[in-house]
Amino acid sequence: MTDQQGTENPSTKRGLSYGERRKQRIDELAAASVDETPGVSLYASAWRRLRRNPVFLIGAGITVLFVILAVISPWLAPWDPAATPLLDKVRPQSNPIPGPEPGHPLGGDDRGRDLLSRLLVGSQQTLIVGVMATLFGLVGGITLGTLAGALGGWVDSVIMRMVDVLLSIPSLLLAISIAALAQKPSQWTVIIAIAVIQVPIFARLLRGSLLGQRVSDHVLAARALGVKRGAIVFRHMLPNALGPVIVQATLVLATAIIDAAALSFLGVGNSDDRRPEWGQMLARAQPFIYDHPHLAIYPAACIITVALGFTLMGESLREALDPKSRR
Amino acid sequence: MTTNDPLLSVRDLRVTFTRHGEEPFKAVDGVSFDVHAGQTLGLVGESGCGKSVTSLALMGLLPARGNHVEGEVIHEGTDLLKLSSSEMRDRRGRDIAMIFQDPLSSLNPVVPIGIQVTEVMERHRDLSRKEAMPKARELLERVGIPDPNARLKNYPHQLSGGMRQRALIAMSLACAPRLLIADEPTTALDVTIQAQILALLKELVEDTGTALIMITHDLGVVAGLCDEVNVLYAGRIVERGDRHRLFAHSAHPYTNGLLGSIPRLEAPRGERLTSIPGSVADNLPWTSSCAFAPRCPRVLDRCREETPVWEEHPATGLRCHNPAEVSHG
Repeated sequence: MTDQQGTENPSTKRGLSYGERRKQRIDELAAASVDETPGVSLYASAWRRLRRNPVFLIGAGITVLFVILAVISPWLAPWDPAATPLLDKVRPQSNPIPGPEPGHPLGGDDRGRDLLSRLLVGSQQTLIVGVMATLFGLVGGITLGTLAGALGGWVDSVIMRMVDVLLSIPSLLLAISIAALAQKPSQWTVIIAIAVIQVPIFARLLRGSLLGQRVSDHVLAARALGVKRGAIVFRHMLPNALGPVIVQATLVLATAIIDAAALSFLGVGNSDDRRPEWGQMLARAQPFIYDHPHLAIYPAACIITVALGFTLMGESLREALDPKSRR
Repeated sequence: MTTNDPLLSVRDLRVTFTRHGEEPFKAVDGVSFDVHAGQTLGLVGESGCGKSVTSLALMGLLPARGNHVEGEVIHEGTDLLKLSSSEMRDRRGRDIAMIFQDPLSSLNPVVPIGIQVTEVMERHRDLSRKEAMPKARELLERVGIPDPNARLKNYPHQLSGGMRQRALIAMSLACAPRLLIADEPTTALDVTIQAQILALLKELVEDTGTALIMITHDLGVVAGLCDEVNVLYAGRIVERGDRHRLFAHSAHPYTNGLLGSIPRLEAPRGERLTSIPGSVADNLPWTSSCAFAPRCPRVLDRCREETPVWEEHPATGLRCHNPAEVSHG
């Protein structure tokens, strides 16, 4: 009895399983895109409201700053992140971590490398892993979602059951399992693992949004003119269905960055520590966490700030494009 | 008009909705009519009487699942209902086109008007987009869109409601179809635009010799446009006649109800608008009675016990046990 109430009323989500809750969230997003009233251009009016939204401005500011830093970091960093200018200051017994000094504002790490330079260059890895993983996830998700939503029938059933299975597994656990399959851990392991956990999210979202398009008036009108199926899917359905998927991608990017850091922290990522990465720096800071917490705090703060930036931006984008919140 | 063979001949069309675990619902229950070239045929009735389902069935656009379509739709010697879906797709837009109710939602919001118009010609007339563009410009001009060169590049949201409906009409006329089905083409427009669109449709039908099936609940539209009128109730035609006869001497109580519910300017102030009592939810099954009996002002005991049969007279037809001869001055 209570179980039945749980599934009937979407507001009581407590009785639902983990996978069910995730599915419901994705479906709500897909549904939000369907009943849009395209009086004014959706994107024009969304942009007008975004420009005055402080949440969006903060998120976009952080994101833009992070991207610029990541791109110019090799020139910006005062030292080569692999060089060991502070090696002679490292005293394994008395002072394993060199403190700040002129030319090294944040000090060094346990191998005498400049911490600031490593943090700056680390942003590059984070950006590459996050963007590449989300890009691959998008490609996979859009392919599967389009197949399911456009063809329907048994193709739809098979793809969506596979997606449901993937969604029912906690995403980080799945990513670790996939990454662990790789023989030699590298940043590509992380990228592929994170892309795989994103595929079902995008696929389900796009399929839902395509189903809404399939019964829309303009698709019916196109069919009434004899337009072929391929053209209907790629010209009339897909461009109108992609909106929520693109917005979700900015949100997923934030998760991808956190997951990438988590995977490197757990040691399934890039093991070459001449190429710094924030999660890997966190892992290396572990033995010194009590005496030199700053070694962990700096990369952690970077991860949190960047993830927050993407989340704020994605969340306000989603809100602005959601017809339910439009007035 | 020169030949006596109808352009489209619908015989005993039946559409049944079947839902798992529910009684099958007969949305269209044995509808027959003929459309001749250059003729405008009206299908009239209130919401839920089967008008739109009829038009979608003619176009082969009903979803494959949950629908059962029977009967014959003969067009140029072939039964459209027996065609494969790809053969039907070749005919849609080329031989038969359709105009929908809501011009905004019937246009693709992310594709410019020009490409939406040329798409049809590329599809059916083997033209490249470059060849089709000047033709699209002519079409927009033909349906009365000012500054067609600029409009070709516009997106649907940049056009007004009337312009959008004109663009949709241009798209449906792109391949000069022999038959046009208009499903309440003016319902979503305001009254002045309605008149313009109706005048345009009338002009196009007269110029091109295209047959038009006009689906509407608005008897005013029928009066201005249609040659022959079919009044539909609960999936069956209850009265047929040419518009002059129908407006002057309608015999079916349902037609009278529809005519009586048109607001009149000369009615005294404060007089209530008349309506047909009840709704289609009250209908009785056609199999053992007259579906309209519960709402009928002229109901007899017989109406609840016996199905009224279709009586065909020259140029008219009626399905009623107790018809009235009412004169609408």
